[in-house]
Amino acid sequence: MTTATKPAQGASPPRARGDVRGARRLFVIRELGIALALVLLVAVTTISNSRFLSAQSRKDLMLGATILVVLAVGQTIVVITRNVDLSVGSVLGLSAFATGKLFLAMPDAPIVLAILAGVGLGVLCGAVNGALIAIARVPALVVTLGTLYVFRGLDYSWAAGQQINAADMPSGFKRMGTAVVLGVPVLALFAVAVLLIAGFYLRSYRSGREMYAIGSDPDAARLSGIPVGWRVFTAMTVSGALAGLAGVLYAARFGTLDAAAGTSIELNVVAAVVVGGVAIFGGSGSVYGAALGAVLLSTMGAALPVLRIDPFWQQAVVGSLILAAIGLDRALTARIARRLRGRRARGA
Amino acid sequence: MVRKRLGTWDVLVVAVLALVVVASSVLVDGFATSRFWGFLLLDVIPIALIALPMTLVIITGEIDLSVASVLGLSSAVMGQLWLSGTPLPLILPLVVLLGVACGAVNGLFVTGFGLPSLAVTIGTLALYRGLSYVVLGDRAVADFPFSWTGTFIEPLPGTTVPWVALVVLGLAVVFGVVLHATPIGRALFAMGNNDQAATFSGISVAKTKFWLFVVTGAVASLAGFFWTMRYASARADNGAGLELAVVAAVLLGGVSIFGGRGTLGGVLAGVLLLITLRNALQLADVPADTLTVVTGTLLIISVVGPNAASMLRDRLRRRRPA
Repeated sequence: MTTATKPAQGASPPRARGDVRGARRLFVIRELGIALALVLLVAVTTISNSRFLSAQSRKDLMLGATILVVLAVGQTIVVITRNVDLSVGSVLGLSAFATGKLFLAMPDAPIVLAILAGVGLGVLCGAVNGALIAIARVPALVVTLGTLYVFRGLDYSWAAGQQINAADMPSGFKRMGTAVVLGVPVLALFAVAVLLIAGFYLRSYRSGREMYAIGSDPDAARLSGIPVGWRVFTAMTVSGALAGLAGVLYAARFGTLDAAAGTSIELNVVAAVVVGGVAIFGGSGSVYGAALGAVLLSTMGAALPVLRIDPFWQQAVVGSLILAAIGLDRALTARIARRLRGRRARGA
Repeated sequence: MVRKRLGTWDVLVVAVLALVVVASSVLVDGFATSRFWGFLLLDVIPIALIALPMTLVIITGEIDLSVASVLGLSSAVMGQLWLSGTPLPLILPLVVLLGVACGAVNGLFVTGFGLPSLAVTIGTLALYRGLSYVVLGDRAVADFPFSWTGTFIEPLPGTTVPWVALVVLGLAVVFGVVLHATPIGRALFAMGNNDQAATFSGISVAKTKFWLFVVTGAVASLAGFFWTMRYASARADNGAGLELAVVAAVLLGGVSIFGGRGTLGGVLAGVLLLITLRNALQLADVPADTLTVVTGTLLIISVVGPNAASMLRDRLRRRRPA
């Protein structure tokens, strides 16, 4: 590789830029592909039953995607740094139950306080994950597998079988769960805001770009002076915070809460992220792709019954989608690698 | 040096296990009875069984998260076959074939297409579990003949030790010998330490890993058969979440998640520790949610522990004049 590039040094910069543009085009195609699959799914389902796109159904679809999108955004930031956060479902459950408890104790509490409490709890959980990963140098997969158990166990022992009913929630909070602005549910606006902020941060901030650098090659990132431990800690904390926010949104949407909220949703989140074209070993992908993946998965869950497909098929379809997505990504990166190598060789 | 550190972790797990056994015998009523140990061993069997090939898989630096779903799919298919009138002696080989096929799909995606096993087996975790719902829905098949279901929980004459536990022990010896005393075992360690170096020293990495996934699938389906017989119930959600307990036990037993390090004896001690602690707490009326916290904490300690110990040792050594 090095011997092939050296003679072409003088001419290589413009070529390299062209290659990068080509590579980027392929990734845009990757995201367009999911969008196309989503449009196709909605079109086929609507043809089969025109009520699938009625105002009420549109609202349900958006609400259904909200929580998964918020979680997928956090997970994307983590996966880009070549880590993974399997504890998000448990953090969501903990935060949702905490929200319910808060309103039981203080029925007049402002909504902002509930959101702050949920996010704060999430930050705490995420910081525990992050500290274990960054300081004790333990792989994220194992740490978050452990905290998946721990946080859920804490949730269960806190709840002690108690269920909080929608009737116990203040009406203002419940209204937030159903309110609509210009045809878009308020809860979905939270997801959109989170998505745009995270997208802008990852694209335009130095520390955002460093996340990608860490995921591409952690050792190289460390050698070039990037505070790898600190960035990974931040990514885990952000993922925890978003899971906490998702818990509050869950409480607002469903009202009825027990300790089992969000059980095994982490699988769907990882699925959404992978289907959305974020490489599981870090360094590439975008929050927009992951959000599209989340919308695709949740829409599929809603479309199957409309298409009169046995709902028992849903999980099998999710599994096949994951396999198809990682297979496709592999083929794409192989093609990019071949293209880069081909141009370099020709340049030499 | 590496060998020595490994040894100390194994010894530590065994010591903690002994401590738990002694403490529970004194503190927990009914722990030191042979009846309790009979039930405990029945709980250990499925996890210990799957932990055997899982140890080998993790030592090569891969992971298989689909094992519990293969168990569930085997159970669901068993139920469906039984409903359609297939005799049990025919169902057993069919179910193992199914496990082989599931493992082969994992192996093909990982070694044939070069995809990360973590992502592949998260995909097949969903796929196989989904298929088991497609096969059996939310029904339960529970009319297996007692002549079969009773046999699988039968203890050895004169004891409370289930005979299946001896079969698992026999398999453990086979896996242990393969891992620690044959060229295949050394090849597995070599792959876990460095794939490329292993390739250049003439080991066919892809082929070995493929067959390892196949063996894992087959063993997981055997565990599915046992599970169905033991609870006399075939359901699509049988063993859901068991993959986490298996991985936790393997890591607790001192196998490095990065591959290249670990012993089968350590893993067996890890499995026993996990289940003994859980059952002892259960017997002491500790609520089930606390058990979840204990499992999670053990898993974290099992990875933080060795890391912290080696960091500490490095620091001490640096302080000492050379």
